[in-house]
Amino acid sequence: MLRYLIPVGLLAALVAFFFVGLGRDKQTLPSPLLGKPAPAFSLPRVDDPTQTVSNKDFAGQPYVLNVWATWCVGCRQEHDALLAIAARGEVPIVGLNWKDERDLAQQWLRELGNPYVVTAFDQEGRVAIDWGVYGAPETFLVDSAGNVIHKHVAPLTVEIWEREFLPLLKQQAVSR
Amino acid sequence: MSVELGHFALILAFCLTLPQAFFGLAGAVYRKPHWIALTRNAVVGHFVLTAVSFACLMHAFYVNDFSVLYVAQNSNSELPTIYRLAATWGAHEGSLLLWLLAQATWTLAVSIFSRSIPDVVTSRVLGVLGLISAGFALFILTTSSPFERLWPAAVDGRDLNPLLQDPGLIIHPPMQYIGYIGMSVPFAFAVAAMLEGKLDSVWARWVRPWTNVAWVFLTCGITLGSWWAYYELGWGGWWFWDAVENASFMPWLVGTALIHSLAVTEKRGLFKSWTLLLSITAFSLSVLGTFLVRSGVVESVHAFASDPGRGLFILTFLGLCAGSALGLYAWRAPLFRTNTGFAPVSRESFLLINNVLLVGATLLILLGTLYPMFLDALNLGKISVGPPYFDIAFLIPMLPMVVLLAPGMHAGWKKADFGRTKGLLLVLLAVSVVAGIALALVAYGWHSVMTVIGFSLAFWVGLSALVDPVSRLRKGHSLSAGVIGMSVAHFGLAVFVLGVATTQSYRQEMDLSLRPGQTAELSGFQFTMTKLSDVKGPNYEATEAEIRITRDGKEIAVLHPQKRIYRVQKNPMTEAGIDSGLTRHLLVSMGEPLGDGSWSLRLQYKPMVRFIWMGAFTMALGGLIAAFDRRYRKRVTADDAVAAADVKTV
Repeated sequence: MLRYLIPVGLLAALVAFFFVGLGRDKQTLPSPLLGKPAPAFSLPRVDDPTQTVSNKDFAGQPYVLNVWATWCVGCRQEHDALLAIAARGEVPIVGLNWKDERDLAQQWLRELGNPYVVTAFDQEGRVAIDWGVYGAPETFLVDSAGNVIHKHVAPLTVEIWEREFLPLLKQQAVSR
Repeated sequence: MSVELGHFALILAFCLTLPQAFFGLAGAVYRKPHWIALTRNAVVGHFVLTAVSFACLMHAFYVNDFSVLYVAQNSNSELPTIYRLAATWGAHEGSLLLWLLAQATWTLAVSIFSRSIPDVVTSRVLGVLGLISAGFALFILTTSSPFERLWPAAVDGRDLNPLLQDPGLIIHPPMQYIGYIGMSVPFAFAVAAMLEGKLDSVWARWVRPWTNVAWVFLTCGITLGSWWAYYELGWGGWWFWDAVENASFMPWLVGTALIHSLAVTEKRGLFKSWTLLLSITAFSLSVLGTFLVRSGVVESVHAFASDPGRGLFILTFLGLCAGSALGLYAWRAPLFRTNTGFAPVSRESFLLINNVLLVGATLLILLGTLYPMFLDALNLGKISVGPPYFDIAFLIPMLPMVVLLAPGMHAGWKKADFGRTKGLLLVLLAVSVVAGIALALVAYGWHSVMTVIGFSLAFWVGLSALVDPVSRLRKGHSLSAGVIGMSVAHFGLAVFVLGVATTQSYRQEMDLSLRPGQTAELSGFQFTMTKLSDVKGPNYEATEAEIRITRDGKEIAVLHPQKRIYRVQKNPMTEAGIDSGLTRHLLVSMGEPLGDGSWSLRLQYKPMVRFIWMGAFTMALGGLIAAFDRRYRKRVTADDAVAAADVKTV
């Protein structure tokens, strides 16, 4: 009786389609930004509202963009790690101060130390939306061609830095 | 320490599913009573261990153990305790653990409340359920463990998604999962029947109460989800044809078809292979729903953290589970052919049409949900199918179904003799049409023909559902719980139809900007913004408007809609202000500040919207009443008693 085979045949077709669908999604899922040009931004500096900072300032060299805020506990937690990484001088770290108060942010940098070469002040959170920021802290690695090559969500540690960021940076240096 | 204990308990729980599956299935084949007894013990052990595992995870949330990755990602020390506990199932990993716990509970229930069923049958059913539990436990352990540690521990968590910080979250997902996974019980019974090669009306009597209860949970889960979306998303819609909603709705539709098909199998011994197919499909669609939600193949507002690895696992599981059951079906279903016939006009025909229409609706929804994916897989571009398709595709099969429901309820088995009931039905029909037109004209004003059809159908089904038990009593029949349940459920459908027809036809909404002191009018109600203030919640800050609603100078309500910003995730959330009367809702939701001290607001008037959920809950109540019919608890027939006795003597 062939008609009793119809259901299992339909299922097989369905599963096959899903298998194809699953394969396709693999390439797009991790982060829509990876491998793409970093979204452009131009924002006032947190220490001096009259000056702006833009990613054009770092054209031609790799840099790290770290999203932080004074209300974010995880940012305080990772701050020492950021200071340590900054002290190694491997790559400039750009801060993106997100949905914060300017005087609180300045006070934070004075009291805890400043790992950033410069910090952009994104009070409205518009740049963070462009970068697909879901919560703070988040850290992006941008290569010398201006493409985002890595994204880390949650507090950064020196160990994570050495494991995930450094190899990518070294590859960059070699291929250049 | 506690999450390691939970992890360990989960591993042991997985290990116990293997003897449960093996001894359950083999015990039935070799008729060994002590193997069957062992199966029941494995079921209890599995349940206890799964519960311990779940309790450990919940405890980690309770004590804010942010060294657990899952807790750190989904909770926060400022989150109120009740939401911290509910956050246990707030994301992928924990919700799967809840799923497994629901499965363990169902299995335990089958093991305990199956005294009227021969041990061999119970044993097979428990064996099949064991295989399903094994799959889900392995899924959690290999791809989605909630017990992973985070080192160094986070100082504080990233907080629960604000959308989920709502009483709806506490009950909607558990209900939904219990319903989803409950469909595994008829599935297991179907597989057991096919393995044994025996399916009769006694079998249908065993399966019916389980199917009903699972369906009741699914109905409540979907209804709560709809209600939650209505007030929590703040858009005032109650159904969005979102992929995840569809995923929960398809097993519901097939489950509804199954309930009706089981009735025929029980009363007349017909539709056997069709009933089997529906049992398999209902559960397979539950698993398919899980796949759609957790794998990221479809876009949805319910987006769980998606991961192709997980998708592959569930897809494999779906293939094995549904594939082996349908393979078994292809092999065994020819056994269950019956030669008994029925007249073209009979209860059987009406139920057959009901089934065809319900399954047709399911297929149309499935098509709409998967169509974008098919196109994508065939490289034909990306499109999205929206409510316009679903509204029509669903209405086309549902309209005739609701029309035929009333005569179907009054039709007799084998051959319906409408001679006596014809007059009654014609009177009901006339009354319904007149009442429908009158309601449309008098209460709300003319809208469209569809509105009148909707109203008339509501009266048609509602009146028939009320008349049916009365006419049975007149004929001198006593009313069983099954009959009462049927009437209640069908009356619930009528209430639902009335709610949908009114809301969809006469809702009104208005987007505008108001500043304190200004007034706007909608549907005869005056909305005055009396003040704006800042409010501080436990983990959010909000702007709250005070809206005074009056009608002809009389105060109706004072609403306090809020626009919240949650501190940790910085998500803005709209908390609508709702004045809920029995026959209408007034909603005010806040949009954005417009800079000059005014806010954009959305005012909505929703007549009879509450009837939608009341109707759905009434349907669930009907299903529950029917599940407790006395005949389901009666001991089995002599023939089966012999089979059971056989086992004991081996």
